[in-house]
Amino acid sequence: MSTPPAMLHPELRAEVDPDAIIRDGRRLDHAEGTSRPLRVRSEPQPRGAKARGNRPIDQQEAAARFIAAPEHEKMHDERLWDLRQKRDREMHGIPEWEKLRSLASAIKEHTLAHLDEYLDQFEDKAKSNGIHVHWACDAAEHNRIVHGILRDHGAKSLIKSKSMLTEECGFRHYMASMGIEVVETDLGERIQQLDNEDPSHVVVPAVHKLRTDVAQVFSHTIGTDPGNSDVHYLAEAQRQATRPLILKADAGMTGANFVVAETGTFVVCTNEGNADLSANVPKLHIASIGIEKIIPRLEHLAVFVRLLSRSALGSPVTQYTSHFRGPRAGGEMHVVLVDNGRSERLGLEEFWTSLKCIRCGACMNTCPVYRRSGGLSYGATYSGPIGLIIDPTFNARKYSNLPFASSLNGSCSNVCPVKINIHEQIYAWRRVLVEKHEVPFAKKTAMKAAGVLLSQPAAYRAAIAAADRALAHLPRFVIYNGLNAWGKHREVPHSPKQTFHNWYHANRGAKR
Amino acid sequence: MSSRDGILASIRANRPQVERPLPHVPLFDDDPPVSLLSAFKDNLHRMGGVFLDLPASGDILAPVRAKIADAKIVCSIVPEIAGNRDIAGVGAPPDLSDVDFAIVRASFAVAETGSVLLGDTDLRVNAVAYLAQHLIVLLDPADIVVNLHHAYQRAEFRSGRYACFHTGPSATADIEGVLIHGAQGVRSLSVLPIARAAVNPTL
Repeated sequence: MSTPPAMLHPELRAEVDPDAIIRDGRRLDHAEGTSRPLRVRSEPQPRGAKARGNRPIDQQEAAARFIAAPEHEKMHDERLWDLRQKRDREMHGIPEWEKLRSLASAIKEHTLAHLDEYLDQFEDKAKSNGIHVHWACDAAEHNRIVHGILRDHGAKSLIKSKSMLTEECGFRHYMASMGIEVVETDLGERIQQLDNEDPSHVVVPAVHKLRTDVAQVFSHTIGTDPGNSDVHYLAEAQRQATRPLILKADAGMTGANFVVAETGTFVVCTNEGNADLSANVPKLHIASIGIEKIIPRLEHLAVFVRLLSRSALGSPVTQYTSHFRGPRAGGEMHVVLVDNGRSERLGLEEFWTSLKCIRCGACMNTCPVYRRSGGLSYGATYSGPIGLIIDPTFNARKYSNLPFASSLNGSCSNVCPVKINIHEQIYAWRRVLVEKHEVPFAKKTAMKAAGVLLSQPAAYRAAIAAADRALAHLPRFVIYNGLNAWGKHREVPHSPKQTFHNWYHANRGAKR
Repeated sequence: MSSRDGILASIRANRPQVERPLPHVPLFDDDPPVSLLSAFKDNLHRMGGVFLDLPASGDILAPVRAKIADAKIVCSIVPEIAGNRDIAGVGAPPDLSDVDFAIVRASFAVAETGSVLLGDTDLRVNAVAYLAQHLIVLLDPADIVVNLHHAYQRAEFRSGRYACFHTGPSATADIEGVLIHGAQGVRSLSVLPIARAAVNPTL
């Protein structure tokens, strides 16, 4: 057995684990299972960013409240870092890993450059397979189309699997206003639905919640014992409560992870088998699919299926990889292809490659800012590094602060299975948003001053030396105040006695 | 202009003017495992599935009989084992909600991931593989491919309307990373290695 991976918060490690499933002497950690037992104390759940219409989301404010809940913050940090370490373990198990990443990136870039042709091909094939194909320009049209299909069938209840696209479309709110009962069938997403909260992560929607938070939610929604936070009990109670809703649903809905143009197939990956229930129990199956999900052929699908779950969860594959090529006998299948800003994003020279994203969440799991601030602090459908570069395309003003929630360490780009240069795009968005005047005054003034300094080496060196001297002698309140974001929730490192430039000049410069 | 034409026009107006040839995807099969069956078994176990070994008695079906001995409803879609729920008589998928064990045969399996492929022709009623409490899958050891690249060359993806890789049982760890088998679908998945009958009387 290999040694267990290092922990960020060793105090969370539990010695005995009654929940472990052992097989062949190994602790099973497939799906999003943790690779070691963790225990935390109960604590009220910190909530996400406060939405105030179109005003910029204050990510820092929400992150500060998450950090002020240490049990949540530690658990979240540890859980996601564990997923990152499991991802590394899988990566090392596949010699061709880097080749797969390059292939995935090249396939996606090729497809995006010929997106119209491949969508056309998919539509042709899907129609000849008996699938009804619809096109929606935006979220509102998507919701109207789906409601129209349900209305035509007299459908009043809909069971669905998790889909970030339907989150983007505000789908559940719309359906509630139209009198349609929507039931999420993924456990994490169901928890979030019952708690009236958005998913905080694209793959593990309730990862920011402790088991005691879930016990609270379930006790006043599906009637569990509020004092019982045993995870097996909670999961089983949810299974028992959801099963009758699945059996009596009028229609089912899924998203899609991939769409294959040559065969007219769409592919859905889940661990719970809930997409297969949603698609195969009711007669009517509707799939909502973003237009960027398309790939040319089945041979390309292999590359992406091999990368997806390994990157997302550190599991070789999801428990279920489902391929839908046409309606089953007696059934009806609809696909809604949704643009919602994607075709416009295709024209952004610096940002179009963000459309390569396969929503694995690896960038979120590795991001030090995300792990410590929680996905809900971003106040947007997409959080973490990928959110920073996608969200401003939806609303540049509302999400103008998000590209600053990064240390630009580049880890996100290094783990991305489709090689999106995420951290470079984050940096580019800062420039774009400043140019568009979407950035608040304090940040803009500081950046302008930095820009002037950085363009003049001599002035920069003098300023750094002066700042180091000042930092060493300034009283705490000057460094740790509201105007210095780097002094919040962290100790500023001790300033060096000498700048690097001075050190180099003294030690190396003379030798040349 | 229809939404379809509007979206396609917007794509044509915005699509990046870059040369990006479609790459050739190799099969990555230079270094296959010595035994596809044992690689499959290892990976199946890692993913929470159970591989039913040949018992000392030599009666290959004994492990399946033992599993279903106390079950009330068994829906078998294979000739090797008899059940007491005839899939041909199922009117609508919810009729299968009381099935304790479903027994099916996989089209093929993938050594790399420990997956079995179940398609619409294997299942007859797709929902049986998800509504049953437990799933038993018969697999011909000759039907194992080395990896997913080989898997996607199979005809099932071009002929079937539905095909699903099952890799272990339904699983979740959405609450604090605690692994649970049987989130919504089957609580267990067992695989019995057994060659296909030369003549299959039910087909």
